[in-house]
Order: sequence, then structure tokens, then C-alpha cells
Amino acid sequence: MSHVAPLIIVFPLVGFLLVLVNGRSLSNRLVGAIATGVVGLSFVSSVVVFVLLLHDQSREVTVQLFTWISVDTLHVPAALLVDPLSITMCLFVTGISTLIHLYSTAYMDGEKDFRKFFLYLNLFVFSMLTLVLANNLVLTFVGWEGVGLCSYWLVSFYFDRDSAASAGKKAFIYNRIGDVGLLLAMFLLFLHTHTLTYLGIFSSTSLISPAIATLVVLALLLAATGKSAQIPLFNWLPDAMEGPTPVSALIHAATMVTAGVYLLVRMSPILALSSSGRMSIAIIGGVTAFVAATIATAQKDIKKVLAFSTVSQIGYMVLAVGVGAYGAAIFLMISHAFFKALLFLGSGSVIHSLGGEQDMRKMGGMAKWLPLTFPTFLIGWLTISGVPPFAGFWSKGDVLTNVFAHNKALWVLGVLTAILTAYYMTRLFILTFRGSERFREVTHQHDPHESPLVMTAPLVILAVLSVLGGLLDLPWAHGFSLTHFLSPTFGFVAPIPSQSTVLQTGLAAVDVAAVVIGLFAAFTIWRNTVESSTFERPFFEHVWRWDDAYDATLGRPLARAARVSNDVVEDRIIDAAVEGVGGSVRRSGEGIRKLQAGMVRQYALAMVLGVTVIVVYLVGRAR
Amino acid sequence: MHSSLWLSALIVLPLVGALVAMLVRKMPGASYIVAVGVGAIEVVLSLIVAVLYSSHVANAQGFDFYTRHVVSAPLGLAYDVALDGLSLLMVVLTALVLLLSLLGGRDKRREPAFVAWLLILTGLTMGSFVAHDVLEFFIFFELTLVPCYFIISGWGGAERARAALKFFLYTFTASAFLLIGILYMGFAYQHQHGTALTFAYGILSTTTMSHSTEVWLFIGFAIAFGVKAPIWPLHTWSPLTYAEAPTAGSIELSALLAKLGSYGLLRFAVGLLPLAQVSVRPYVLTLAVIGILYGSILACVSKDLKRFVAYSSLAQMSFITLGVMSGSTIGVTGAVLLMFNHGIITIGFFLIIGYLERRRSSIQIADFSGLQRPAPVLSAIFMVAMLASMGLPGLSGFVSEYLILIGTFTTHAWWAAVASLGVLASAVYLLWAYQRVFHGRAEGANAEISDASSAERWVLVPVVVLIVVLGVFPKPVLDRITPSVHNLVTQVATAGAAK
Repeated sequence: MSHVAPLIIVFPLVGFLLVLVNGRSLSNRLVGAIATGVVGLSFVSSVVVFVLLLHDQSREVTVQLFTWISVDTLHVPAALLVDPLSITMCLFVTGISTLIHLYSTAYMDGEKDFRKFFLYLNLFVFSMLTLVLANNLVLTFVGWEGVGLCSYWLVSFYFDRDSAASAGKKAFIYNRIGDVGLLLAMFLLFLHTHTLTYLGIFSSTSLISPAIATLVVLALLLAATGKSAQIPLFNWLPDAMEGPTPVSALIHAATMVTAGVYLLVRMSPILALSSSGRMSIAIIGGVTAFVAATIATAQKDIKKVLAFSTVSQIGYMVLAVGVGAYGAAIFLMISHAFFKALLFLGSGSVIHSLGGEQDMRKMGGMAKWLPLTFPTFLIGWLTISGVPPFAGFWSKGDVLTNVFAHNKALWVLGVLTAILTAYYMTRLFILTFRGSERFREVTHQHDPHESPLVMTAPLVILAVLSVLGGLLDLPWAHGFSLTHFLSPTFGFVAPIPSQSTVLQTGLAAVDVAAVVIGLFAAFTIWRNTVESSTFERPFFEHVWRWDDAYDATLGRPLARAARVSNDVVEDRIIDAAVEGVGGSVRRSGEGIRKLQAGMVRQYALAMVLGVTVIVVYLVGRAR
Repeated sequence: MHSSLWLSALIVLPLVGALVAMLVRKMPGASYIVAVGVGAIEVVLSLIVAVLYSSHVANAQGFDFYTRHVVSAPLGLAYDVALDGLSLLMVVLTALVLLLSLLGGRDKRREPAFVAWLLILTGLTMGSFVAHDVLEFFIFFELTLVPCYFIISGWGGAERARAALKFFLYTFTASAFLLIGILYMGFAYQHQHGTALTFAYGILSTTTMSHSTEVWLFIGFAIAFGVKAPIWPLHTWSPLTYAEAPTAGSIELSALLAKLGSYGLLRFAVGLLPLAQVSVRPYVLTLAVIGILYGSILACVSKDLKRFVAYSSLAQMSFITLGVMSGSTIGVTGAVLLMFNHGIITIGFFLIIGYLERRRSSIQIADFSGLQRPAPVLSAIFMVAMLASMGLPGLSGFVSEYLILIGTFTTHAWWAAVASLGVLASAVYLLWAYQRVFHGRAEGANAEISDASSAERWVLVPVVVLIVVLGVFPKPVLDRITPSVHNLVTQVATAGAAK
């Protein structure tokens, strides 16, 4: 195991270095093949490690690589922690990454920066795997910032477009706000437990007081809101759609944005120490899920709908974490990775066939022209809406059942969100694939064409996974479920009041009813219209005026403060004061300036002598 | 223990080199070759010293490469050099700065004089970092002003005369406080023990002084080193000076001479005045936190690239001050490492800015746009320096910044918590500058800009290599710094408690 596990992260790094060093001498085809191949190898290594772990008694293996930082009492090894949680993450991250790499080789064909794209993508996979496999918080932070950096590069991939460059910057900076939270959490934990390895921290939870635990949990929550696009830091994600669509599928739907949820689940033994911290997490998750869903109902850009949908779905995951349903959170994370990657790649196929058009008002009737994209997208739509028996029904149901057991108000919010989810996804589906063909203007009367096989094959695989994903964690399969496999990793889990089969069935019926309401509403409203309906509030379309509010309360005041600092504080106060304190500084300056005239060398000599004389004089006088 | 001749060679060689460069000034280009040769030898020598240096010496509370010769007993003047983990990296940095600023910032106007001043500056800086006698340190420290002054006023931009003068007066005035403090300590020791006048570092640190005396001395020392470092609000000379100095001058000043300030603060203001530490720490830490945020804000609104680096350096140097004053081994180790890392990163910044200035004769941010398309290699290297500067894990800046913050957090949690905002602020100003210069569409003269030539690339290679290697594998370096820092911190702590 200790020989195979490092390979999971080494392969993508090798791919990155190979392309970095030989980039110019390799053909695009070869670059694509190398990049996809190394991620595929990483997936194979993950499978091998998974099998080895199943046969390992301890279910918790630490693999030491080398000493990274070691000063005084601070020891940060570069070491991996292979346990059920990390290997589960590795499996789905490498699996989906392989598919999306494959898809990208066709989607990005003909791009000027084709090589750079795969360079970034491989580095991203390396960072993401470092994040999940690290055995300590600092190494996780390496991956955490690494994925943020790659996201910055890939969002601003079309950097000559100002909107793309700004979106990349915004993504990075919002992430950095969260990173400050992660730093503070690390500092607090180190101060009180004197270690930063996960297992070390978890074995010294007795040293952490409840108040400190709450602070740590809130700091971790801040970190998670940045990375996972939750309130109050969620509004970078829609802008991030400026990046190429495979990037949106991989980074901004399936993997990176779930890192915040992973971090919270990973730190579950600390979460166990603070019920108010968990409550905050649950509220943030529930409210984000709802707010983002309302916004998704009013977007015109197909990728923006999916972006807010992602925010909303991650809100569900965070909500699940908040009520201690860590297994449900991971289950939803994985099934979401399947269906959201499918939806994004499917939308990419649509956009690709329409020469880059993303406005749903200029689509319609695509079902006829995209014989493979259409059925797979149909499955994605049904899955995310929560139609049984697809994966989304089971995973969302799992979350909502757990929420019901802990907090009825949040459960109601979750059900409302489920209605909205079914509604906005149906709207998207109808506007894109059904109705009249409105794209002729965009395509200059050409017929749209289906994407090549390397793009449609990943769609088919993801569709199959979306259909079957529910098998991972069926409610009655206790011994062989994902939650059971993961459970040794979780800290103390708040006991779930045992629910009768009748209650569970009832809750499932509510879920189905929610879906039906959402579907029905969308079909009624959007069957014959494309323009905004009464449901489509400008307030929702403009993201609850969130950006404007930040601009008014933070952006503009800070900009003004910067101008004042520059013009007034720096020039008129500090500089003037320092020169004033010097008193005769300016006058003596005039004197020296006269001395300087033309006699550079003499002046140097005078200076050296002057200093010496002062020294001698002071020494002599002081005696 | 190794021979002190290594250190003496490091000091004397550049001075001799300066003389030779002036002697061969009639031959075109010869003085440049001499200087580059000296620079290369200095780098090799400093690396040999770094490899030879064994932290066992520091573990035994000692200094390596030690020697002492009294020059003038009545004046208390001595030639006294030694090396420990605090100065080791600075010696390497001094040599690297010389070589890289010669290679990357070549200035052909009156070249012999230019390289001679650079060589003299290197010898004097080297002397300051290995001086083991406080008076000797002061002399080296003070003399560095002279070559700096002439480099700025002789080869600088349009406002060079004003910049040079401002720089000179600021630092010269401030170091008077240092001199007074040093003399006071020397005479106080002589008075207490009735021995000959001496300024030897190890001896002077045993001077008995009252708490208030130490606080006053600390204030004097902090002013002198605070101008150099700079510490907010003593920084206002630096933006003007960096902007007006030639490329090599900007590199020397910000990458190297600023470190004399933070090194002096650590070695003398902290090392010699243990009693004052507990009372002054909160104030200096507060200034450091202000400096981090203030420097970041002003970097955001800077209109030219050199001022931009000047203010970002203020923020970075304030991080160093934070670590130096943290009173924690982890924090101080981070500060010592950041002195080196910031030096290397700043070399990268100023070299690239110098290359851009060569091409466009401008350093105004507004004059540039979309350079990533025509100049991908320059952009990529700027990106690496920028990421290291904002503390991206995996690159050198992270290790040092992280150690500073977590070390300071263990002793002064609130200051470290506010300083952590600097991590966010650095991302804001760096990414914004990058976007304005390298993103967007390249039009007109910007579209015609040529990428780094192979000569220019080779100069930047060591910068990138050091940034990556020290980010991934800092252990050998940390192992050399930590024992000395640990000694210093424990000595200060025990002396502060016992006295």
C-alpha cells in the first residue's frame, strides 16, 4: 500500500512536469493523450489502493513521504492518510477527472492554448488529490490553495477578455477570504493541541475547550464557504463560468467546490465538540440551498443555471454535515459529481454545437439534432430533479431524512428547495431541448451537429452512473453501504432517532410530491413561452443584489480608504511629519546639495571621513 | 569550527574587485567582466560556507568561522567576524544579489564606476552581516550609505537627486540613534566592569541595564533599523527611492539592504536588550500589523510598478518585523527565512520590471496590457514570483509566512489573527496588478513586445529554482537556522525573566 498510494498523486504531477518541460516539442494530440493517460493511471492506482484498504485491518494507513517543515515544536510531514474517506474521494475525483480530460481533448481542439489547458488541468488533479490524501492540515492547505490557483488560471483562461480575467481574480480572492479562515483554524488547533496532523488532533480533542472548538468550527466554516461557494462567499461561482465548460464541469461542479464539504467531514471529530458550530453549518447550508435555487429559476444563461444549481446542491451537502449526516453528505457529493458533471458536459455539447451560444432563449428543439446528448441530458435532468429511482432521489432523500430528524424548519426549507430544483431544471430542459428552434440566427441557418465520440462517450458513462449511483447507499442496505464503509472516519455522530419505515416512506413521498409540483409548474409555465414569466423576478436574476451590496458596503469604502491613504496619510501626514521631525532635514539638505555640486569623489571621501570623525569625537568626549 | 578566512575573503574580495575594476576602466567591458567574475566567486564561496556551516556549533551556543583582532584598544575598535544561522542566509543573499543584479541590471553608462560601487556595497554589506562586534557592525552598516547614495544619484531616473538625498538623510539621521545607543552600552559595560573599552557582541550582551534604559535604547535601535527595514511609518523614503534607482540599485536596496534593518533589529535590538522585549513587543507588533495592511492598500493604488513593489515590500518586511518581534522560535525562524525569500522574490520582480522598462521605457502600470500573449515566459516568471510573494503553498514565501503567523499566534494571537488578513490583501493587490499588466488585450507597442531573451531567462532561472526548491524542501535551510534562533529566543526569554 505504501508504494502504491503515492502513485495516486505522483501520476498527475508527472503529467504536468512532462508537458511543462517538453510542451513545445509535443503535438497537441500527444499532450491530450499524456494528460488523460496519467489521470487514468491515477484512477487505476486509486482502485488498487481501495482494494488493498478493504483487506487491511486498520482501515487507516499513514504513508510518510518526507519531512516538509520542522521547526521547534512544529512538525509538518509530507505524508498521506489513506482511509475510507480519502480513498472514496480519490476514486470519484480521479474517475470523473479521467472522463473530463477525455472530453476536453475534443472540446478544446483548435484552441491556441491547448497545452496550457492540460497543464493546468493536470496540476489541478494533483492539487485536489493532495488535498484529500494529506495527513495534516498544512498539506491539505497546499492542495486547497493549489486547486484555487488552477481554478484562477482556468477561469481566466481566455484572459484577453476582461470579464474572464476579472472573474478569475474574483474567484481567487473569494477563495482567499475562506483561506484566512482555514489558517486561523490551524493556528487555534496548533496552539491548543500542538500538532496539525489529523490523527494527532483527533486524539487530543480533550485539550480543546468548547469555546475554542466553536471558534475552530466557525473558522472552518468560513473556509468552506469560500471554497464551496456558500453564503456569504458564493457569488464568485457564477462568474467562474467564464472558464471553458469542461472546467466548469470538473472544478466548479464535481470536485473543487466540494472540498469545503470534505474539509468539514474530515474535521468531524472537532465538529462533534460544538453543537452551536454545527447549527451554524446547518443554517448556512440550508439557506444557501434555498437562496441559490431561487436565483437559478431566473437565469438566462444555461451555465449560470447550472452554476447556481451547484451552489444549491452543495448547500444540501453542508446542511447534511451540519446535522451530523456525514455519510449522506458524501453520498450526495458523489452522486452530484456524476449528474452535475453530466449536465455540464451535456450543456457543453449543446454550446459546442451552437458555436458558443449560452443564452437559452436562443436554443430550443435541440433534442432532434443531438441524438446522444439529448437522452443523456434527459437522465441528468431527471436525476437532479429527484425522480426515483435515479441517484439524486436516493441521495437527496438521505439528506432530507436526516435533516427531518434534527430540525423541522430546515427540513421545510430543504423541501422547498427540492420543488425549486425540479422547477428550474425542467425550465432549462424545456428551453434547451424542447419547443421551437430559435438558434438559426446563431448558427447562420446551419444545422447543429452532434459532438464527436470522445465527447459523447463520457456523457454515456456519466448517465449510467447517474442511473445506478443510488446503489451506493440504499437505505435498507446497512451492511454494504457507503455510509457503513465511511463510518470509521467520522467522529462522534449525533444519534439519529430511529425512524419507522412508515415515516421514511412518508418522507420519500413528500420528496416525490415536491418533484411533481416542480415539474408540473415548469411545464405549465414554460411550454409555450421563452421570455420571462411572472416567476422570473429581476431580484432573483440579479442574485439578490448580492454583488451590489458588497460593492456598496465594502468595495467602494475600501477604494476610498485607499485613495485617502495614498493622497492624505502617506504624502501629507506621514511624509510631512517625518520630515518635520527631522527639523532641519530640508535645510541641511540644501547645504549638502551645494556641497555635492560636481565633486562626487571628494564627497565620498568626506562622507567616510565624516562618519569616522563623528565616531572618534563621540568616543573621545564620552570618556 | 571553521576558519574565519572564508568570511574575510567574502568581505575583501569585492573590495579588491572594485579596485581592479577601476584599474581596468580604460578597457571597454573589462570592469564588467571583473565584477561578474567576483560575483560568481562570491556566490561559490558563500555556498561553500553555507554547506560547511554546521548547526552543531550553534547547538553548543556558539558561532562558526569566528575570529577577533583588536584594531585599536582605546577606541574599542576590533575586527571580529563570526557566522551563525541568523547571518548565514544573508551572506548567501548578498552574494546572489551582486551576481544577479550585475547580470540582469547591466548599466553601460560609466560602467567601471557603476560596478565598482556595487562591489564596494557588497563588501560592506557582507561585513555588516558577519560582524560580531557592535561597533564594527555600525561602521559597515553606516558606510553602505555611501555606495547606495552614488548608485542612486549617478544612475537613477529623472528625480534621482531628490531620491538619493531623501534616502541618505533619512537613514543617516536615524542611524545616529543607533550610534548613541551602541556607545552608551559600550561605556556602561566599561564602567561596570572596569575593563578596556569593548563592543564585542557576546560581551556587550551581558551589560546590566535598567528596564527603562533598555526601553530607550530599544527605541533608538528600532528607529535606526526601522528606517532601513522599513517599519511603518518610517518607510516614506522607500517608494521614491526604489522608483528612481536603477534596476541594480532597486534590487540592492529592497532585496538586500532592507534586510540589514530587520537583521539588525533581531540581532541587536532583540538580542542585546532582553529586558525591554516584553514591554515593547505589543507596540512594534502593532506597527508591523499596520505596515502589512497599509502597505497592501497603497500597493493597490500604486501607479508604477516600482512603487508597487516598494509598497508590497513594506507589507512583506512588516511580516518579517512581526516574526522578529514574536518572541517565538517558530516565528523568528520564519522571519529569518522570509528575509532570504523576500530577497529572492524581489530580485525576480525588479529584474522583470527592468526588462519591461528596457522594452517600453516606462514602468507605468497603465502603459501595459495583455503582455501574457506576446511575452509568455516573462509573464510566467512574474507569475511565479507573484505567487511566492502571496504565500502560495509549495513556493518559498509560504513556508516563511506560515511560520511567522503561526509562531506569532502562539505568543500574540490577536496580532497574528489580524496580520492573517495580509494573506488576503496580498492576493488582492498582486492579482489586480497582474491583471492590468499581463491580462487583457495587447495592442500597439504592447503587442510588439518581445519575450525574455535567453540571456534574460538564464538570470531568472536561479530565482525560480530557489523559489520552488525552498518551498518544497526547506528542511536543510531550516535546520541551519533553527538552532541559532532557538538560542537567541531562549537567551532573551531567560535574561528577560532573570534580570
